[in-house]
Amino acid sequence: MSEAVAARDENASSKPVADPRRTHPLSFAVSALQALQNAIFPMVAVFFAMRDNPFAIFGALGIGLLIATLSAGFAYLGWLRFTYLVGDTDIRVESGILSRAARSVPYERIQDVSLEQKLFPRLLGLVQVKFETGAGGNEELSLRYLSDAEGERLREVVKARKDGGVETGEAVEIAQEPEAEALFAMDTERLLTFGVFEFSLAAFAVLAGLFQYAETFASVELYDFDFWFEQLSGSRGWMASLGLGAQIVSVLAGLVALLVVGSVTGLVRTVLRDYGFVLERTSKGFRRRRGLLTRTDVVMPAHRVQALKLVTRFIRRLFGWHGLKFVSLAQDSGAASHDVAPFAQVAELEPIARAAGFAIEPAEGTQWQRGSRKYRIDSAIINLITLGMAATGLATGLWLSEAASPAYALIPLALGMLLAMREMWLWRFDRNALDPRYFFVKRGWLAPRLDVSSRIKLQSVEIAQGPIARRRGYATLKLGLAGGKLDFEGLPVERAHELRRAIIESISGTDFSELAG
Amino acid sequence: MEDTDTALTRLHPNHVKATRMVAFLSAIPFVVASMVLEAADILPTGLFVIPVILAAAIIVVRVPLRRYQARGYTMSGDRLRVVRGILFRSDTIVPFGRVQHIDVDQGPLQRSYGLATLTLHTAGTHNASVHLPGLAHEDALTMREEIRSHIRREAV
Repeated sequence: MSEAVAARDENASSKPVADPRRTHPLSFAVSALQALQNAIFPMVAVFFAMRDNPFAIFGALGIGLLIATLSAGFAYLGWLRFTYLVGDTDIRVESGILSRAARSVPYERIQDVSLEQKLFPRLLGLVQVKFETGAGGNEELSLRYLSDAEGERLREVVKARKDGGVETGEAVEIAQEPEAEALFAMDTERLLTFGVFEFSLAAFAVLAGLFQYAETFASVELYDFDFWFEQLSGSRGWMASLGLGAQIVSVLAGLVALLVVGSVTGLVRTVLRDYGFVLERTSKGFRRRRGLLTRTDVVMPAHRVQALKLVTRFIRRLFGWHGLKFVSLAQDSGAASHDVAPFAQVAELEPIARAAGFAIEPAEGTQWQRGSRKYRIDSAIINLITLGMAATGLATGLWLSEAASPAYALIPLALGMLLAMREMWLWRFDRNALDPRYFFVKRGWLAPRLDVSSRIKLQSVEIAQGPIARRRGYATLKLGLAGGKLDFEGLPVERAHELRRAIIESISGTDFSELAG
Repeated sequence: MEDTDTALTRLHPNHVKATRMVAFLSAIPFVVASMVLEAADILPTGLFVIPVILAAAIIVVRVPLRRYQARGYTMSGDRLRVVRGILFRSDTIVPFGRVQHIDVDQGPLQRSYGLATLTLHTAGTHNASVHLPGLAHEDALTMREEIRSHIRREAV
């Protein structure tokens, strides 16, 4: 490896580097379109402000034109002054209209290259190329926008350079990898099933928002119960006249409508996000493509996968549906872990986990272990005491003030009992297992989640104990995981130390740099 | 075995003095405020000053000593173990093979006592940086060199 680096450094100094390039000229068109979007709101605002004036419409158009021209002008200048250079050791970007900024990202630091196509760029055949370095957020380098082919070429260049293979930047062909093997894909039927399970009431939040607008414009108090009461049962009182049977039917109809709207929302959101979902195993790692309007194309190197998450929800679990996520340092559109198979049967997930070098079942002969029984009792008691104190406080308050019957204090007391019982019950389902290569943590009753981390890919191990835990002999094990969180509360102290000893032994056996191999 | 049984190395005794100094400096405003309230003669004599001064005395004299006694570290061939906390105990092990980079910091106060803080940065989200304050400056530098020799290459 070090010879390869030295050789490349020599090349970099002796050979004239490639010319800086600009992004695709059409990306200016995308910026202009976005500028038009930005101009709409001020136009509307001006129109409303001047609505008594006969020239209102011209004023609004004028403002719109001004904003559009200004932003288009800046977009053009910005495009003109933005150049990128694919060098021998790094990618350099220079930008800025008045002030200049230059950034260099060495190939070694690029975690992965992702391509993203939003609706407009997609229609124009453009793609946004993002270089993930683990810096996070706005610090990531991104090129907006390149042609499809150029984006694909850049990705190949970066991959090739990272491996220290190919020398000249311009000669790299878009090598179609013959060994790309589809690990998981969702056909239409699967997508629609997934959509139905993604039942969501988000549409009602949007409706509520619209209502608020309508309220201000129509000066109708939509949350005013009397208003509705009058509408429904008032002067005409059509609802009251319907009779009991019809009232029950209308309530049922309302519930059905709720169900339909929720399912349709879920369906639409799922289709938009996961249309054409394909996960492939290429020679360099995992490649995932998905999306209907915004198409994304993400490549994750296999060795960057730090841990797995197997998730599910209550109803879909009854039909055996699970989702699989990879935890890594790179971010997936804001989320910390990558969805690699959002909706699949366990039998389909197993090969994906194996391809990433993980397993979703502990090896033969490994025992699942529960937390400490003392922890179970203590956490139940703590719940009971907390809400019991609240109940006592409430009872005293009500008794003194005579505002209501002190019997209302039974509500928090009952809640406390319920929580304590829940704690006692759920304890049975929190389990951990350590096999020769992986550490497994399983949590939850109706919708269990499984976290699998590779023993050698952990970064540190901490044993934490509060005052009660120390007296009662249990501890929390906190594991340092790159890009995620993994801990287990209420382990017996001996088990915590045993786990730590074993994990540290595994970690010490390999250096961090060997993990990338 | 070794990660629990080996005796912990104590921090430099000056660490107690340094933490006492910090506690003393942050207690001053409260003591002054209580004296001002006392001078205002709102409540019977000593109702403000006495509890505040008592609390300040405990925080300045007793707490730093207890915390010093609770703290410790063990440096073995391939790992650093850091233990801390009076009520809430925390016992962390960082293998050298997972250290991304190392800092040795000295604040002005630490400098006057010849102390330094050693910080190990890991790639983990939890325990992204593990701090070990109260080391003699030379010790911190030696430990840094020792740990660095274990890191073969800094990746990521």
